[in-house]
Amino acid sequence: MAVAAKDVQSGTDYKFGFHDEEDYVFKSQRGLNEQIIRDISAHKKEPEWMTKFRLRAYKHFLNRPLPNWGGDVSDIDFDNIFYYIKPAAEQGKTWGDVPEYIKETFDKLGIPEAERKFLAGVSAQYESEVVYHSIREDLEKMGVVFTDMDTGLREHGDVVKKYFGTVIPPNDNKFASLNSAVWSGGSFVWVPAGVKVEIPLQAYFRINAENMGQFERTLIIAEPGSFVHYVEGCTAPIYSTDSLHSAVVELIALEGARIRYTTIQNWSNNVYNLVTKRALAYRDATVEWVDCNLGSKLTMKYPAVYLMEPGAHGEVLSVAMAGAGQHQDAGAKMVHVAPNTTSIITSKSIAKGGGRTTYRGLVKAYNGAHDVKSKVRCDALLMDDESQSDTYPYMDIEDEKVDVGHEATVSKVGEDQLFYLMSRGLTEAEATNMIVNGFIEPIAKELPMEYAVELNRLVQLEMSGSVG
Amino acid sequence: MSEPSLLIDNLHVTVEGREILRGVNLTVPRGETHALMGPNGSGKSTLAYTLMGHPKYKVTAGKVLWKGQSLLDLTPDQRAKSGLFLAFQYPVTVPGVSMVNFLRQSLRAVRGKEVAVRDFRKDLKSAMDVLKMDNQFVTRYLNDGFSGGEKKRAEMLQMAMLKPEMAILDETDSGLDIDALRIVSEGVNSLAGPELGVLIITHYQRILNYIKPQHVHVLYRGRVIVSGGPELVGRLENEGYDNIIKEFGPADDDAPQAAA
Repeated sequence: MAVAAKDVQSGTDYKFGFHDEEDYVFKSQRGLNEQIIRDISAHKKEPEWMTKFRLRAYKHFLNRPLPNWGGDVSDIDFDNIFYYIKPAAEQGKTWGDVPEYIKETFDKLGIPEAERKFLAGVSAQYESEVVYHSIREDLEKMGVVFTDMDTGLREHGDVVKKYFGTVIPPNDNKFASLNSAVWSGGSFVWVPAGVKVEIPLQAYFRINAENMGQFERTLIIAEPGSFVHYVEGCTAPIYSTDSLHSAVVELIALEGARIRYTTIQNWSNNVYNLVTKRALAYRDATVEWVDCNLGSKLTMKYPAVYLMEPGAHGEVLSVAMAGAGQHQDAGAKMVHVAPNTTSIITSKSIAKGGGRTTYRGLVKAYNGAHDVKSKVRCDALLMDDESQSDTYPYMDIEDEKVDVGHEATVSKVGEDQLFYLMSRGLTEAEATNMIVNGFIEPIAKELPMEYAVELNRLVQLEMSGSVG
Repeated sequence: MSEPSLLIDNLHVTVEGREILRGVNLTVPRGETHALMGPNGSGKSTLAYTLMGHPKYKVTAGKVLWKGQSLLDLTPDQRAKSGLFLAFQYPVTVPGVSMVNFLRQSLRAVRGKEVAVRDFRKDLKSAMDVLKMDNQFVTRYLNDGFSGGEKKRAEMLQMAMLKPEMAILDETDSGLDIDALRIVSEGVNSLAGPELGVLIITHYQRILNYIKPQHVHVLYRGRVIVSGGPELVGRLENEGYDNIIKEFGPADDDAPQAAA
């Protein structure tokens, strides 16, 4: 039932560009109004507070202007987007319950296989809804909650109500407002105190329909002393018109907890990826964002950690890669609210074939946030003369006893480097891959082996065609 | 004399529009060790880069035969696969790529097939022993933060692993202290022989105290002005380049050059 990518739009190596024909339970009309929001909420049988939350957020969305910085979002036609599509009546507990055509898609993406091999739990979202969900029994017995956000709201309403929208308020920015109004799917993770989930939980997001808007909402709460590693992956078909992915991800790491959130995003080149990700780290807690941005037409994403109490540590490791017609405007924010907090930002970007990468970051230390240490390092690699890389490292330091370091490098893959490697038998393409893989090695080595392999493979795929 | 392995005939090379090599003639028979000496700016490194195929060096005339085939149409990786090796004077840094990973990939590329891990480890161990290298050396990123001596040893390690038929050593002696020079030379000597021809490019005779060439060529202003036996090294040591140039060099810069 899947249609190969080349039937839709040829001339690219994007492997996940196929799409399925649509056979949906519910698909909203194009565009957005209050009634559609009420319909989504009613369809999901949500409590009244959530319906009101959505409607309030919708007002914020209407009132806020589009951002006039970062990438160009002026071409997004909000009236042409499908805001809610429900592909299946029921969520599958086993892959056998999932409609055949959707299962085939996830099979192609290798998700069931990955689940068998090395995951503690899997969530698979197709369009607006999570169609498959599982968690290992032993984790469930320990009280770990890993479910889709809608189920989380139904089954853990009090906890959701306590935290939902507190890290990223619905009026934070235009796209967070939009997400808050029309959100659907995403993950709810709640790890009890002291429980360490040693192997990753993975969520997989797939856009299928043309002009689809995907607005998943993820909330992760790590109770004191707990640990969880959450991984998300994303793909979409190739269409000639654009889709919008606008997620909101809120993380809360309570005292001594650690959350690692890894993204391996591989959107097709017609997706606007405008995502708000923010974490609160309390006393001695650690939050790490490992953010790998491949694909998309435009990505604007700046994972943030608010260091709320002494001892908190935040870290962002990011890789961005932009090819022809792509702009990766990515970075990180570290907000030191409390004294004795530390943060590290490591950003690596690769631009080729006229692509554009931007590092945009903020390190802020409030007055009173003394003995703060922050280290920012951004490296850009340009594959040719047409590509572009810019760095905007904002610093806003109110306290005097703050140690902030910033280093930035821009390098171009040089003739001498290629010649050296080629003189050892590597072809030009192999030599280029080796240089690029070496460049992202500091990030790749932080990933579990399977994901590091995947990242290197994706980068290699993006690189092919860049050398003649 | 055995068959010529590398034959350079009237080679002219320009770099960024400037002619650096102006008719080089040089033959290295199979399995022999030759030294190419010359003062600074004579074109020694240009010859090395040209033989390995650096895109910046344009051949405007002449030819190079390697094992009877024309070398100049091959890309650098094809030259490596055909058994040619260049030890760089200034090896390039590749951050994030470990020596061991690099060695395995380039060995696979040169051999055109996967190399058994056990054989690879065994070869690596013995090559590193000869070069007196620490085990953890190969876990470091390629030439990243290496001292001058470490870089040169790393080049020799690559040569030992790739097992070329002909190695061009471009000022491998520069920047080495006397102990490192001895170790590197022992590394070369353990490999040189019927299986490996060597062209040592150097300014100084120092390395030739350790590695004994069968033939010595002197390059001056883009041409080989004299070729001879090891006794030339002694003359250079005693008299310096000036006397040799006076005796064999061109009367003036544009004078036509007789074959040496």
